[in-house]
Amino acid sequence: MKKTLILTTALTGFAFAAAAQEVVVMSWGGAYGTSQVEAYNKPFTEATGIKTTMIDADNPATPIKAQVEAGNVTVDVADVEYSDAVRLCDEGLLEPIDPAILPAAPDGTPATEDFVEGAINDCSVANIVWSTIYAYDTTKFADGAPTTMADFFDTAKFPGKRGLRKGAKANLEMALMADGVPAGEVYDALETAEGVDRAFAKLDTIKSDVVWWEAGAQPPAMLAAGDVTMTTAYNGRIFNAAVAENQPFNIVWDGQIMDFDLFVVPKGAPNKDAAMQYIAFATGTQPLADQAKYISYGPARKSSGPLVGLYQDGKTEMGPQMPTAEANLANALVNNFEFWADKDTELNERFNAWLAN
Amino acid sequence: MTDTTAELLTTADGRPLKAALAKAQSRAKYRALFLVLPLLFFILLTFVAPIGQMLKRSVENDSFSATAPNLGLWFAQNPQGSEINEAAYAALAADLLYMKENRSAGEAGTRINYDLSGSRSMFTSTARKADKLEPPYKEALIAADKGWDDPMLWQVMRSASDKVTADFYIAALDMTRDETGAITAVGEDRQIYKLLFKRTLILSTLITFLCFILAFPVAHLLATLPMAKSNLLMILVLLPFWTSLLVRTTSWIVLLQGEGVINSLLYAMGIIGEDGRIQLIYNQAGTIIAMTHILLPFMILPLYSVMRTIPPSYVRAARSLGATSWTAFRRIYFPQTLPGIGAGGLLVFILCLGFYITPALVGGASGQLISNLIAFHMAKSLNWSLAAALAALLLGGVMILYWLYDRLVGIDKLKLG
Repeated sequence: MKKTLILTTALTGFAFAAAAQEVVVMSWGGAYGTSQVEAYNKPFTEATGIKTTMIDADNPATPIKAQVEAGNVTVDVADVEYSDAVRLCDEGLLEPIDPAILPAAPDGTPATEDFVEGAINDCSVANIVWSTIYAYDTTKFADGAPTTMADFFDTAKFPGKRGLRKGAKANLEMALMADGVPAGEVYDALETAEGVDRAFAKLDTIKSDVVWWEAGAQPPAMLAAGDVTMTTAYNGRIFNAAVAENQPFNIVWDGQIMDFDLFVVPKGAPNKDAAMQYIAFATGTQPLADQAKYISYGPARKSSGPLVGLYQDGKTEMGPQMPTAEANLANALVNNFEFWADKDTELNERFNAWLAN
Repeated sequence: MTDTTAELLTTADGRPLKAALAKAQSRAKYRALFLVLPLLFFILLTFVAPIGQMLKRSVENDSFSATAPNLGLWFAQNPQGSEINEAAYAALAADLLYMKENRSAGEAGTRINYDLSGSRSMFTSTARKADKLEPPYKEALIAADKGWDDPMLWQVMRSASDKVTADFYIAALDMTRDETGAITAVGEDRQIYKLLFKRTLILSTLITFLCFILAFPVAHLLATLPMAKSNLLMILVLLPFWTSLLVRTTSWIVLLQGEGVINSLLYAMGIIGEDGRIQLIYNQAGTIIAMTHILLPFMILPLYSVMRTIPPSYVRAARSLGATSWTAFRRIYFPQTLPGIGAGGLLVFILCLGFYITPALVGGASGQLISNLIAFHMAKSLNWSLAAALAALLLGGVMILYWLYDRLVGIDKLKLG
């Protein structure tokens, strides 16, 4: 599946690479991809006349290395997670981005101060704050809904299959939080062998009930099909299914793991200048605020916050749906990118071994 | 005598016939070579070169050695077991500075991180402040990050400094190097590749066997029925064969899943209860069922083509000489189908070893094969060297099986149609 995806991705990219002024953007598809097309791509083309092409990947970070090393880069801008942005930048696979190209906020605050902390890096600029949460089907839990991370791992009290992303990231943190580790101590615990053992032991308790997902569009589909009763997911996808498609889904914010999505430019991108122009445009105050109209991901600029209004249906207030809303932050964890850049290999190796046995 | 004959036989323009003939023949040879040249070139480009590149990558080790030249020099001068002295730390400091200037600390750190988890950030963070390091370097580096003192780290850097390494093959066999450089097994909870190689071999054998059991009667029927009927049957075999692999795999998901056709049918017939729905997919059973179905035509077609050429009179002759139908089948018919069984078996088995999409979609966790891990290292962990080493081991395994087949059955007996 993945392979065909990469192949089609590469082919589409190749087919369009020949055209003149244009930008090829690679993102995560689904409701999120649509929100970017609506909020960034269309206004960008209108403002500059540069054509944009959106292509999807399960994780846009993975084709970048292949493309750069093969010397056949077909993507100009990619939307990647924090740890991947850091790792790719360190490995010299990305073009540096000069923060000076980013426009100031409408009130004149320079971009470097307007973005939330950590959003601007050597080779990447954040556009949204998103989070991994878990959601459940409200029809399955009529008399008593789950409210905490521990409930997700409690199949006795809340029977049914669980959906989890196939990989170590987020699952280990959630397992520890469910096991009673406070959000603030999760990464300290994962630094130790005992902490990792503890996380895997907790995952063991639901291993036989797990259905694994890989693409962000899968969890809402799995919930809707009744394959699982609860699943971890990206919060915007669940919001989209619940509000736009009227699915009976509810998000549990306890133990949410927040992360950035950042724009990067692969080294040797065919339309590098247009790519930089695109990033500067898309991460402007208004486009970031507009994006929240289509999906419940928080803008990475402080000045965009007040401009966030109603969902495109004209009645749903977006503020409380954001990962950064006060009420949702009670027991929230911020993804530690350095930890994952360091430990990704080891923990995924162990995760794979755990999964195969 | 021979001399005079040679002088006598000349062409019209007086050249010796022998030379003229040789020249004409060599011209024909060149022309023939010219004809196969495109194919030769094609094979070189699409087959030999990629495999060569893969093998090269599985032993190539330049991501650290190229970014840390000073350390490489120090390791070359100081054999295994030498004390890690100030000179070593000075070389490290010089290399970190070099990495800072070339933005290659991440690449070097990633390479070391394959063998020693957690060391990646040491390289990136220390390289960031490398220009502020001052002698004595040992103290300065340990002050920057106490991890630089770790003897394990130095061992890993030593083996990473060789331009060519077997380390990825060692890792692909669930082994690693300890502090002294000796090869040991990795911890129980991280062993995976040997298990998956074993599982791949066992499942491939099982699927090949199942294909054989299912294909033999079908092929026999196809070969013995009158043409009109057998053509219709043949279409039934070929139609799924021409259908996309993905379509066939997803159809199996529809059929086999918990709420799927098979389980619902069993439930409706009262054979199983609501809680008794059988888990047929997202495990080994799913992989075996779907792959057997998908690979079945690869067994049927060679068997069929061999069976068609077996004259029915042989079996009839055996029966008329008093053999029972079982004996006639066992001693006369079956031995004649062996070339087809060999070809089909080899085809199915080798395809099984490299099968990737079907186990990824229906295999869940327990039905994953080694190819899924190779894909994981290619696309996700981006450790291409390890992926290449795993693939090379798989290739080696296939070569050995091929050789065994040649010794036991003889490759000339292989008949594909």
